[in-house]
Amino acid sequence: MKKVLVPIKRVVDYNVKVRVKADGSGVETANVKMSMNPFDEIAVEAAVRLKEAGSAEEVVVVSCGIAACQDILRQAMAMGADRAILIESDAELQPLAVAKLLKAVCDKETPDMVICGKQAIDDDSNQAGQMLSALLGWSQATFASEIKLEGDKVQVSREIDGGMETLSISMPAVITTDLRLNEPRFASLPNIMKAKKKPLETIKAADMGVDIAPRLKTLKVGEPPARSAGVIVADVAELVAKLKNEAKVI
Amino acid sequence: MSEYVAPMSDIKFVLQELAGLEEISQLPGCEDASLDTAEAILEEAGKFASEVLSPLNRVGDTNGPRWDNGEVTTSPGWKEAYKQFVEGGWNAFSCEPEYGGQGLPKLLATAVMEMWKSANMAFALCPMLTAGAIEALMLSGSDEQKNMYLPKMISGEWTGTMNLTEPNAGSDLAAVRTRAEPQGDGTYKIFGQKIFITYGEHDLTDNIIHLVLARLPDAPEGVKGISLFVVPKFLLNEDGTPGKRNDVHCVSIEHKRGIHGSPTAVLAFGDNGGAIGTLVGELNRGLEYMFIMMNEARFAVGMEGLGISERAYQKATEYARERIQGAEPGVRGGPKVPIIRFPDVRRMLLSIRSQTEAMRALAYTVAAATDRAHCSPDEKVRAENQAFVELMTPVVKGWLTETGIELASAGVQVHGGMGFIEETGAAQYLRDARITTIYEGTTGIQANDLIGRKTARDGGETVKAVLAQMRQTLQEVAACKEPHFARIHKMLEEGINALEAAMAYIVATFKPDIKAASAGAVPYLKLFGIVAGGWLMARASVIAQKKLAAGEGDANFYKAKIATTRFYADHVLAMAPALSRVVTEGAEGVMALEEDWF
Repeated sequence: MKKVLVPIKRVVDYNVKVRVKADGSGVETANVKMSMNPFDEIAVEAAVRLKEAGSAEEVVVVSCGIAACQDILRQAMAMGADRAILIESDAELQPLAVAKLLKAVCDKETPDMVICGKQAIDDDSNQAGQMLSALLGWSQATFASEIKLEGDKVQVSREIDGGMETLSISMPAVITTDLRLNEPRFASLPNIMKAKKKPLETIKAADMGVDIAPRLKTLKVGEPPARSAGVIVADVAELVAKLKNEAKVI
Repeated sequence: MSEYVAPMSDIKFVLQELAGLEEISQLPGCEDASLDTAEAILEEAGKFASEVLSPLNRVGDTNGPRWDNGEVTTSPGWKEAYKQFVEGGWNAFSCEPEYGGQGLPKLLATAVMEMWKSANMAFALCPMLTAGAIEALMLSGSDEQKNMYLPKMISGEWTGTMNLTEPNAGSDLAAVRTRAEPQGDGTYKIFGQKIFITYGEHDLTDNIIHLVLARLPDAPEGVKGISLFVVPKFLLNEDGTPGKRNDVHCVSIEHKRGIHGSPTAVLAFGDNGGAIGTLVGELNRGLEYMFIMMNEARFAVGMEGLGISERAYQKATEYARERIQGAEPGVRGGPKVPIIRFPDVRRMLLSIRSQTEAMRALAYTVAAATDRAHCSPDEKVRAENQAFVELMTPVVKGWLTETGIELASAGVQVHGGMGFIEETGAAQYLRDARITTIYEGTTGIQANDLIGRKTARDGGETVKAVLAQMRQTLQEVAACKEPHFARIHKMLEEGINALEAAMAYIVATFKPDIKAASAGAVPYLKLFGIVAGGWLMARASVIAQKKLAAGEGDANFYKAKIATTRFYADHVLAMAPALSRVVTEGAEGVMALEEDWF
């Protein structure tokens, strides 16, 4: 396999307690720690391991978003990716727009495989990978917990409700990663230094010839309702009565 | 239990705004430390500290290393963590590129060092001692010794130790009795016993390189007769791989108050015919080499005081937000509130926070000066910075560690009874901190260095240069008309005056009445630390005010910096005049009691 492409997203760090903006227009991101979406980190790790095993020649990471996304692209290169592409845009990018931008990148780069996180932890859309595979007309395997190359096919074990399912799909393919696929490595100090010198190409989203206009409109973002206080019941009979009549669960 | 999270906002602020990382990264040899690279490094180091080192901190405390027949097994998980540390390239951070180091500046190394110390002080001791041994070999080793040992020590594949102390040679190293007998082939046989050897024996690596102070049979008495030797645990084969076991053995490891995860060894040299070693540098100059290296080691121990304080702050703050107890003062019959609402708890938290920030500001400022002293192309700049570093090293060592113990204790106090319970974790920080004022020269030794070599010897000239810088900041503070600055100005000015008076007293008294000067040495050191910390907090506030006025960055961070400085001025700088009086008026009280009456 010549090339693996890994799309990555910059999101609010998973340790940060997310706050809603006062005007309800979205989530507060100013002065908040941002980092690579954890599922995408797993995707980078998977691609780098393919390269280290001699199964892939090159790993290219790509991110769509503001200029600050360079941070996570450098981090991916410190983990072992060979080069990076930033599709720069200050606009809101919804999953369909991202999928279209990535399709344009794939048309140009012609990777054999795209590995991406199954979803981003900010909006939890879980759509871009699937949309990309549909736009490209490639096979797809989502929620991968194991990836094995078998000749010109790839075997993917995926987590489904009742257990595990193993698919054999032909390449080129889009694979999305689940949590248990691997444990991403820490970047080593020498690799952080080397990442600085690896190529990072920036392309304006507007120059990609793709319609990235949002199709969905966010009406309002709000905090989940606070949990109300519980009540102490006198005895089991009262509990049963409440479960039956108020909660209507038995 | 909550894990350590690197205080990235303050670390970056101090690095960039206060210590001048950008300027440092333009010095020759420091170019790799550009802001974006520094950020990438800090992020990854922070992750490693939180996810690998921090979870092992309590493991090391409760399940320390075990000694069995000369072999030491480290705590569960430590070997794997050490391997990851080495594979990550962290051990080579600021070492010479010539021998495989990354050559990054001291300033950036200091920020990363803080993270290791906060996350797991007992673990961080291992690379700290290796760094000391590397430094000693770099400065004084022969090319052959450097080629044999440095690449593996810099990568961390082998660790290093410093063998100074003996049962009768502690603060007074002139009393060292370990013997070195020349063999006529360029090697020496070493005989004797060394104690308190940090990581003197362990299972983390397949060789340990001991640096040992010893005397030749015909060496002159006292400090001028001590030489330095390199004695590997395994002698090296022709190809440089570890070969025959050398005659140095771990007799036991100590039971200690804290840093349980760090094996403290008693090492016996030469019980079976003599441990083979080679001389480092020239004969009888061992102590001199040791003291060049010691500045680095003392700075690093100071960083332990900072690291522990930061950790204590995180833990205490988290608890104070969660612990619900009683109604808010002044709200009769009101709902029960978290204890952070009580002024005394706020006072304790702010005491930890403000002094932790002040210590960070001072340590990073000294680290930046070290880089300028090494790398600046301007000889005058190099000399000025070197003088500043030498002056401030005992302050960093002494003040950061003394304060670290106090703050770790305050961290326990915030927890109340739960703080006294080991499972909570706050008590470990206090126990771990306790050693820091003792090893690498006690606070008393630091203070003696400060009043003698660093203050009196040049008639206070270096101190005066620092005082002038402080007064410069005072003017900048005076120019800020926003709330809090008038008060910060008043307290800083009083602090500077107090330090100046104490300095003048030390300079005047040192020669005619050394006992009087020595009696006030430790209070003088604390006074120096408090005022230097206040100076840099004031500088930080002036910068914060400028950022606020320009509408740049995180406004809450800058407002908090000013508010924290205000607290420091009122509660910490306020102590300066009192300490100055102790220095200048306290000697008689120290000397009045007859020795027999003790």
